Amino acid sequence: MQNKVEIARLETIVANVLEEAKNQGASAAEVGLSVERGLSVTCRLGAVETIEHHRDQGLGITVFFGQQKGSASLTDLTDDSIKDGVKAACSIARFSGEDCFSGLPDSDRLATQFPDLDVCHPWELSADQAITLALDCETVARELDPLITNSEGATVNSHQGISVLGNSLGFLNGYESTRHSLSCSVIGQQGDDMQRDYWYSVARKANDLESSRRVGAMAAERVVRRLGAQSLSSRQCPVLYAPEVAASLLGHFIGAISGGSLYRKSSFLLDALETRVFPEFIRIHEQPFLPKALGSSAYDGEGVAANAHDIVTDGLLASYVLGSYSARKLGMESTGNAGGVHNLTIEPGDQDQQGLLATMDTGLLVTELIGQGVNQVTGDYSRGAAGFWVEGGVIQYPVEEITIAGNLKDMYQNIVAVGNDVDLRRNTRTGSILVAQMTVAGSTD
Amino acid sequence: MWVSAMAVSALSLAKESILGPANLLEHDIDQIMGCLLAAQVDAADIYFQSSRYESWVLEDGLIKQGTHNSEQGAGVRAISGEKTGFAYSDQLVLPALLEAAHNVKAITRQGQQRRVQVASAAASPALYLPVNPLHSITDQEKVDLLHRVDRETRKLDERIEQVIVSLIGVHDSILVADQDGQLAGDVRPLIRMNVTVIIEQAGRREQGSMGGGARADYGYFLDADKGLEYGRQAVHQAVINLEATEAPAGAMAVVLGPGWPGILLHEAIGHGLEGDFNRKGTSAFSGRLGERVASELCTIVDDGTLTGRRGSLSIDDEGTPTENTVLIENGILKGYMQDKLNARLMGVKATGNGRRESYAHLPMPRMTNTYMLPGDSDPGEIIASVDKGLYASNFGGGQVDITSGKFVFSASEAYLIENGKITRPVKGATLIGNGPDVLTRVSMVGNDLELDSGVGTCGKEGQSVPVGVGQPTIKIDSLTVGGTSL
Repeated sequence: MQNKVEIARLETIVANVLEEAKNQGASAAEVGLSVERGLSVTCRLGAVETIEHHRDQGLGITVFFGQQKGSASLTDLTDDSIKDGVKAACSIARFSGEDCFSGLPDSDRLATQFPDLDVCHPWELSADQAITLALDCETVARELDPLITNSEGATVNSHQGISVLGNSLGFLNGYESTRHSLSCSVIGQQGDDMQRDYWYSVARKANDLESSRRVGAMAAERVVRRLGAQSLSSRQCPVLYAPEVAASLLGHFIGAISGGSLYRKSSFLLDALETRVFPEFIRIHEQPFLPKALGSSAYDGEGVAANAHDIVTDGLLASYVLGSYSARKLGMESTGNAGGVHNLTIEPGDQDQQGLLATMDTGLLVTELIGQGVNQVTGDYSRGAAGFWVEGGVIQYPVEEITIAGNLKDMYQNIVAVGNDVDLRRNTRTGSILVAQMTVAGSTD
Repeated sequence: MWVSAMAVSALSLAKESILGPANLLEHDIDQIMGCLLAAQVDAADIYFQSSRYESWVLEDGLIKQGTHNSEQGAGVRAISGEKTGFAYSDQLVLPALLEAAHNVKAITRQGQQRRVQVASAAASPALYLPVNPLHSITDQEKVDLLHRVDRETRKLDERIEQVIVSLIGVHDSILVADQDGQLAGDVRPLIRMNVTVIIEQAGRREQGSMGGGARADYGYFLDADKGLEYGRQAVHQAVINLEATEAPAGAMAVVLGPGWPGILLHEAIGHGLEGDFNRKGTSAFSGRLGERVASELCTIVDDGTLTGRRGSLSIDDEGTPTENTVLIENGILKGYMQDKLNARLMGVKATGNGRRESYAHLPMPRMTNTYMLPGDSDPGEIIASVDKGLYASNFGGGQVDITSGKFVFSASEAYLIENGKITRPVKGATLIGNGPDVLTRVSMVGNDLELDSGVGTCGKEGQSVPVGVGQPTIKIDSLTVGGTSL
């Protein structure tokens, strides 16, 4: 259901910008254009709070003068503005260093197939309809339990946009996609303790969103179960990462095997190719062509054809995550990952979260992480956390004001199991992940 | 005298750079506002912005990445009670802006037609010159500066493997017209330089990073060769971390150094004192004005009026002049930070804390420069008073849950204190605490107030704004340290 006329119009603009770059002397160029519009509606305490109409457009230009490079971006798509933007990029290029690894991808790597990934599902949503949906959701949350005393509201978002990429090697492709979400955040109180939590659903197609009833109920349940949270005494114990936070463990992994970290030698997984990074039962791969999925794409950020491939096979690191520049710096080939991975998937095991709690027996279930605290050069890891203390596979009480710490190299080696409770709401698809041991620090020593 | 003249000139410069190229007249602004006000609104504004940004990155001894960004547009907002309608356009033409106004006023019921005529606001003191950093030195001079910092930094230690030096400049012009007919404007320069180094010794690698900036032009970095100082400190941090051993885990006394460790205040109480959370009753500090939330030694302000600082603004993004707002005085909670909407709903005055990332974002209460006033203690005595604890002199970032009050900040340079002496460096650990009570455990406050070097960026609800933090050396009797060693 793509708007082919509009896509063609934007592709023409990109082609014109490439032409302008050539006229201004660039030996090669790459141009990206995105145009998006959307609606965001928030309701709070039973009434509409904000209605936002979004319209964004942006053009990015990179020009090459041999091995020199410069970039510019702008939002005004008039001819004069584009000329000025190209001029700024060309001017910067003349000051840049001659970098022999610089340049567009090899042309034989550029995508030539553009399968329909089913990512465009416009939602005819009026502000009034959005208000009704958000109100329904928030009402469910507020009425679920008398301990729910306040609300930050429920929000409906719907966005639709076209993204075009072109380069002077003849690559030119645009596609339209949509993204819709429903979220709800409420607050509970028990004595002096006030807690907030939230839940959300996101999809390419409005019908695939979780119901407003479910989103509201989940938000309220998550708040109620964390009331009365206390800290812990410091200890070492196993940690079960719930799916919503397990994705971050894989994010640090991808960061460590990404080209930029590798050629800068600022990674704790340097020279780790073909070595054992995870236990044997772990398989991690990317799936760029999953229909309707949030990370699907036929090509990477440079136009290199995406390809479904393993990153970790039987626990061994099978591939780095590289774009053309970093691949050249490393004396390797692009893996089709300029800009990141597509629908990163860690193969699930047999058990759901309950099963993993039983396997863990005694330890910490983490449902929220706060702060940064990850050193990508060394793998040292220390983050704030909230969740539940577990004994005999059963949640005992909620905990907060604790940290979990360790080193990612060890944590990855000590993964005991991956759950089948896969969270599909982001570009990384994972279930709960059980790590055998981490250090928990708390205030009740 | 010159200060007012400077401020008036900021408004005229803003009008010139925004309305000029767009062929918009003040009369057109009147018309858009008239459209907005043809509805029962309590407040409305139109925020125009024209912004130029550049960044230069030197790595491997080469200028590797240079980029220039150009953006302009206007955001149109109508507020009725607690309801806000918002639309924006990157096309600064009357029809597009009228359309935005039309969409937005649907937030509320129809009302009486109102006419308004905008007039220039009274000048507020100018805290920075309305300069354009991008044009303050030539591109060749920018490149030469980066090369010099790179060369000099590499000389500092033969174990250095990587040096990355970056230079960023922003020239931001804004105009705000509100329903009372006030037209305010500002021209805001912002610059930043950063040096990151990676050092390797015997197979072990560590990173160090230091930077700084201000609301000034690039001449700021040429004075006192600040870039070389950032390089020196980045190397120092990397070298210290090469020797760092496991950090302790658990609750202990923590001494925080002056300056950037003031991020403690930003996370522990800053966000929790933003007006929107307190108006809604969702903050752990809600309804607590007049109560003790810190020890008597603690007086903390949010001050948007400091000259030239990254976190400062002559006027906020709603046209309200910024203030030095006392948040906590001798441990007692005195005030919240307010934008216009939340101030009106709470029945107090706006404090000049209404900020937005751009014309395409809605304003909300945000911090400016948040810091603790100095006390009387000698920093050396503060460290000597600790039997067993941690001294943390530098941090990465932090985060807070303003409802539960739990906050974190992550140390990037820390040492053990044993028997009153700093002994050895330990790996950066995350510190976690509870905002409403951590400051009640501040038992010593040093006389060495420092503000950060001009590198802070605060994120809230997806919007980033530049901020400042600061404090003197302080001692917290107990804070949880997230190390690995029990």
